[in-house]
Amino acid sequence: MKGALDWLDQRTGFRQLVEDLFFANIPGGSRWRYATGTAVIFCIFIQFVTGVALWLSYSPSTQTAWESVNYLQNHVAGGWMLRGLHHYTAQILPVVLALHLMQVVIGGAYKAPREVNFWFTLLLIQVVLFMALTGYQLPWDQKGFWATKVAMNILGIVPVIGQKLQTILIGGPDYGQLTLTRFFGIHAGILPGTLIALLIIHAYLFRRHGFKGAQSSRKPDAPFWPDQALRNAVVCLAIAATLSFLIVRHRLFGTSGPLGAELGAPADPSEPYSAARPEWYFLFLYQFLKYFPAQMEIMGAIIIPGIVMTIIFLMPFIGRSPSGHRFNIGFLACVFVCAGLLASIAFSGDAHNSSYQAAVKAARLEAERVKQLADSPTGVPAGGAITLLRNDPFTQGPKLFAKNCASCHRYNGHDGLGNFVKDPQHASDLADFGSRAWLAGLLDPECVSSTNYFGATKLRDGKMPKFVKTKVAHYMPEQKAQLQKVIAAVSAEAQLKSQALSDAHDAADIVEGRALFRDAIGCADCHQLREPDENATAPDLTGWGSREWLVKFLNNPAHPNFYGDHNDHMPAFGEKQILTSQSIGLIADWLRGDWYEPAKP
Amino acid sequence: MSMQSQPASAKSGRRSFFKGAFAVVITGIAALVPSLAAFFVLTDPLRRAGESISSVRVTSLEALPNDGVPRKFPVLAPRTDAWNKYADAPIGAVYLRRTGERSVEALNVVCPHAGCFVDFSGERGQFICPCHNSSFKVDGSRAALTSPAARGLDSLEVEVRADGSVWVRFENFEAGRAEKIPVA
Repeated sequence: MKGALDWLDQRTGFRQLVEDLFFANIPGGSRWRYATGTAVIFCIFIQFVTGVALWLSYSPSTQTAWESVNYLQNHVAGGWMLRGLHHYTAQILPVVLALHLMQVVIGGAYKAPREVNFWFTLLLIQVVLFMALTGYQLPWDQKGFWATKVAMNILGIVPVIGQKLQTILIGGPDYGQLTLTRFFGIHAGILPGTLIALLIIHAYLFRRHGFKGAQSSRKPDAPFWPDQALRNAVVCLAIAATLSFLIVRHRLFGTSGPLGAELGAPADPSEPYSAARPEWYFLFLYQFLKYFPAQMEIMGAIIIPGIVMTIIFLMPFIGRSPSGHRFNIGFLACVFVCAGLLASIAFSGDAHNSSYQAAVKAARLEAERVKQLADSPTGVPAGGAITLLRNDPFTQGPKLFAKNCASCHRYNGHDGLGNFVKDPQHASDLADFGSRAWLAGLLDPECVSSTNYFGATKLRDGKMPKFVKTKVAHYMPEQKAQLQKVIAAVSAEAQLKSQALSDAHDAADIVEGRALFRDAIGCADCHQLREPDENATAPDLTGWGSREWLVKFLNNPAHPNFYGDHNDHMPAFGEKQILTSQSIGLIADWLRGDWYEPAKP
Repeated sequence: MSMQSQPASAKSGRRSFFKGAFAVVITGIAALVPSLAAFFVLTDPLRRAGESISSVRVTSLEALPNDGVPRKFPVLAPRTDAWNKYADAPIGAVYLRRTGERSVEALNVVCPHAGCFVDFSGERGQFICPCHNSSFKVDGSRAALTSPAARGLDSLEVEVRADGSVWVRFENFEAGRAEKIPVA
């Protein structure tokens, strides 16, 4: 064994290296605060290990980036842990780097002859921050898409080269396929390569000059091994424990939040994202930008940060005198305090901003919904997950209703999205449309003339309210029972998912109800139900409330089969091309409660 | 190799200078081969002409009540994204506001400050950017001089055709500038 090691040592000199590494002298002995450098290296080690594993799971294209990340997060055992580690290490790395920088400056380790090594530390910090920015975008979810778009636009204001640089980075005038290939290549290739080169030079220079150590210490010198090594190991374990805690904390406390890193809804360039914010360690810059009026943002985004960086770069020269050294410490502390202050202003501003909170909530709901849809039997189509939300009645129905219907109609009294509508209600409330309860309300003398039915339309004085108020109002119990069967029969036409059970249960009543519709109650005097009648004057109730009926109705409510000349303000959404047939279908499905629901666990 | 035994040629003046110079130049040329190839590919987006912009149908007049409130519509248009061609890709969104019987104003929803989508707040009657709080009046002009945006919301050419359809010539403009410079 010894012979083999001697052989190897003669050819590599590894014994000397081990000696240098493990038995380097630390003036004044080991200390906890010397562990910051190791903490940085440990974080970068985690990023390399998890980053390579993520790389082997990731597919950078607009149809597959989100999809591959979602697959990893939700369908690969331990995928959430891998993503979580990479994500949260990126979150704590800025803290660890800031501590390291403070330790270097306070300990005077930036002064001669270590100036060059100090500059490499600063370059390393910038590379890490740029990696964070590029990595933010790779999942291609709404958050990363919009937040990095803002960063790219800020890059675009750099004089002369800004726009060109932006075009090269994003691979064209707008975000697309090449944005992902380039960001991925930068994040996983160029920057890690640069980082390794910087670290090698940093380590070489560090070995050359050795530990800085304390200037005046009562403690004796000590070698790195084993005292400092043990302290460093404990710090690494503390980091790993912190990361694990951050990853599983929502499960530990039962709070709502993702296991590991969050994944939003897939990026959609036509869908605004009002919850866009940079990562917390960029929040100070984000907040800073708010204070600069038009055309001055270059001051906030580039010139002032540039001046601060330049001063930090010049610290080795400023620090030659004792007062200069004190200035350096004070300046760095001031920078961190200001950044912390700006970030907390941004935080508390958002905490008190109800529209931002609403946007965050909406974004979480969409993220949760798209996960359900991706897990559904249909799954993610080859064209990408973006169509999942666009074709989902549960997601699009309320939005379409709020925009196109809620100026007259209501849904449970709101606009579909839960907002109060200022305009007075002109037409019926369509929550539960097609159900027995909705029909029973229409046939209730107390309700028919309320604004939730015909009350605010010109049909208020029509035959239907008159029928309800003069006939139904005086029904005997026996007729009331008949009316219930008619209601069941007409409501069964809608074939609502929510009523499937009761429709099947009351099949006999429904058959009877159809006969009563024609004869006893007299609905057929004006309406048709499954029996064509050329003299019908009121909407055809064959298939009333079904998808097909609703789509035709939305296409043109003034069609002779529906309101004909009696139509009030309801636009012909299809025929007038106000809405596409797809949108009309989505509204119809949503009103009927027909959307994918995951099976209850 | 020990430092004492330098080859004689290294010391002999002009000839070794030229050899050295050639070594540098030749290495430089050799290194240029892969570097130029990489440079040309990476800067390719700069040399590409932007897609020609034509008007696209966004909606019809019926969808725009004459109440002075802007309404947001997605803009779907043909798009070539590197190797993909889309017949109707979402390329952005516009706020449309009816200003008369047959006249409509169109504003790009992108905030000219940093590129977020602005929201129209019915309560304030203004567009508010959720990112850096820029605010704009209903006609798109800046609402406050302290607003971080350097210009008002970008108005777009809009055309109401005989059949009542509303067509918009959709364009994006460089963020952060006082002038409207189309993004090429």
